[in-house]
Amino acid sequence: MTKINGAEIILESLRREGVEVVFGYPGGANLPLYDALKKYPDIRHILVRHEQSAAHAADAYARVTGKAGVCWATSGPGATNLVTGIANAWMDSVPLVCITGAVVSWLLGRDGFQESDITGITIPITKHNVLVLNVEDIAPAIAEAFHIATTGRPGPVLIDIPRDLQQQVAEFEYPEKIELAGYQPTTQGHPQQIKKAAQLIAEAEKPLILAGHGVVIARAAEELREVAEKTDIPVITTLLGIGGFPGSHELNMGMPGMHGMYWNNMAIQDADLLIAIGMRFDDRVTGALKDFAPHAKVVHIDIDPAEISKNVKAAVPIVGDVKNVLQQLIPQLKPAKHTAWRRWIADVRAKHPSITIPETDKLIPQYVIKKIYELSGPDAWYATGVGQHQMWAAQYFWGDHPYSFVTSGGLGTMGFEVPAAIGVQVARPHDTVWSFCGDGGFQMTLQELALCTEYELPVKFAIINNNYLGMVRQWQDLYYGGNKESVRMFQPDFVKLAESMGITGVRVSDKALVASTIEAALQHPGAVVIDFQVEDIENCYPMMPPGASLSDTIDQPKVQEPEFAR
Amino acid sequence: MTTRLHTIVAMVENRPGVLNKIASKWRQRGFNIESLTVGPSETAGLSRMTFTVDGAAHDIEQVTKQLYKIIEVVKISDITAEAAVARELALIKVSASKENRSAIVEIVDIFRANIIDVGTDSMVVEVTGTEDKVDAIVAMLKPYGLKELVRTGRVAMVRGSAATVSAPTENGAYHRYRSAGEGKAKVGTLI
Repeated sequence: MTKINGAEIILESLRREGVEVVFGYPGGANLPLYDALKKYPDIRHILVRHEQSAAHAADAYARVTGKAGVCWATSGPGATNLVTGIANAWMDSVPLVCITGAVVSWLLGRDGFQESDITGITIPITKHNVLVLNVEDIAPAIAEAFHIATTGRPGPVLIDIPRDLQQQVAEFEYPEKIELAGYQPTTQGHPQQIKKAAQLIAEAEKPLILAGHGVVIARAAEELREVAEKTDIPVITTLLGIGGFPGSHELNMGMPGMHGMYWNNMAIQDADLLIAIGMRFDDRVTGALKDFAPHAKVVHIDIDPAEISKNVKAAVPIVGDVKNVLQQLIPQLKPAKHTAWRRWIADVRAKHPSITIPETDKLIPQYVIKKIYELSGPDAWYATGVGQHQMWAAQYFWGDHPYSFVTSGGLGTMGFEVPAAIGVQVARPHDTVWSFCGDGGFQMTLQELALCTEYELPVKFAIINNNYLGMVRQWQDLYYGGNKESVRMFQPDFVKLAESMGITGVRVSDKALVASTIEAALQHPGAVVIDFQVEDIENCYPMMPPGASLSDTIDQPKVQEPEFAR
Repeated sequence: MTTRLHTIVAMVENRPGVLNKIASKWRQRGFNIESLTVGPSETAGLSRMTFTVDGAAHDIEQVTKQLYKIIEVVKISDITAEAAVARELALIKVSASKENRSAIVEIVDIFRANIIDVGTDSMVVEVTGTEDKVDAIVAMLKPYGLKELVRTGRVAMVRGSAATVSAPTENGAYHRYRSAGEGKAKVGTLI
């Protein structure tokens, strides 16, 4: 057998794993990898402008394709720049394989130029990481990385490979099968537990389904729909559960939690059974735990046993892959109707509609987001940043396109929107991809706009520009006496900026021009940046005050903000 | 919430970085590890760790579940509630003059400890037992002047024929991939 060098072993391994795209950035410690790249034309390399974006783009690519996203970087600053992106994937359980070049092995631990102990740094934010110390170990390490990243509860895996190992040669042998004694995720639900769950579901009068990212990750939207329809149980989707259940379905209730639908928060507080499916009772969903769902028993389905009873005690825990567990559960469910319960919720909804857009000639952000959804057709994809625009994007998403809503949930990473949309577009080159951007977050990663020109990625960027760090400003107004500190910043001319990157830029400040501009952007073959100059003071409601319980959710403030808010 | 000292036993791969990963999980939840021992187990390639950690049952259970998620942790078990034997070993260097040497020997005999080194003005006592027993002999020897004290921390084993923690093995050994952890590593200490 002919020997190949470590860099070629890496690429050959990626080929075996069916990797088509790598997001990366070169440097001293991964140069052998770049040297070998031309021999692997089937592996497309996307050159980002900052390594954080490589991780975010790979993260979004993974969410859309259901495959592992791959990114790589050099040692030192290249590796540390990945850290935010890795943490983001970690918090949202996204399969990511990160390959970092390390300084030559004889310099490890000696503070060599551009050395960073990246395996040490990323321990708390990776599912697994490893510093490879022998060229023969590269292929098995990569095979393990893909196995670990994509199975069980997915997550990021980092492999650190010193540069000299990339240059040493070895025979290429790729493991056929990975078996790890310390890693054997439970994928099937325990039949006894399934039975108990079916029993509780049959007995419940006021049941709710809380569907989280697990439904999306397991690609279990079909199964979830079947469960909901058979039992007539309303489905609440968490921020990351959006897209796991058809938005237009009569049982879809939208999002719960801090900026969720008022009726959901009230329903949770009144429910007698919560069927939590692939969700982890995040504090933004539960509010104060001691007051959360006081009357409800909990059936908790999750692949990660560590999530069971972590925040909310489960009466019936079921550890397993959501898709499998739901398939096991469906035949045991009795058809039911929950007419009274659904009417109760509908009444709350009628009194507290949560997402009505005020009649105004002013350009308000909710209007822009709603229009984009209306005009972009059923097959569009959406990536968001973090903050007010993200919450509005979540509140107004009632589409049916499964798994099409890509957002940074757990970590809440501003700046995710630009590279994430790029990752989505790389995965879905012929589809419409929108990036909902905050004017703050956009400025964190806007250097990546150049990729849209370089790789002909026709992403539509909608900057919801209120000229504020809007969510921070909202909290300052509500809880810090209106002391708007460090939330307004000098803004570049986004139109000129887009143009300098070879992208069409448009500015819209007139409500009457919103629809036509969106339509023009959708028609445009290339990328577009639209600077929507929206009302600067617009608060995101409903809102559960920080530290409060779901019962304290404010649907709409009774009075307008006091004058100091302006 | 009531807390108590928990004894947790883990079988882990004998590889660089494993201890760091485990310690990181405890640190993240704000636990202080009271004692930790590591050494080879009956299975080649696997080390056995014994922790003692003070905390509430629910919190300890949470961290234990998190620890089990570490790929290199092959098996982990909280044996606090189980019938188990637990021991600790201590070496105590105590000041000893011609005048009080026999008094110290008497204490050592009472505790069924051993004197393993004698110098002109000191001796080294080796004692094995429960933490209480070690505490007691340390307290008895303290008036003579403790020059040095080292304690291993608790090691524990479930009574009877059941295994405390068991790991799947092949011919009595555990293999991950060929060369890892088999002495070829150029840097890093094994766990």
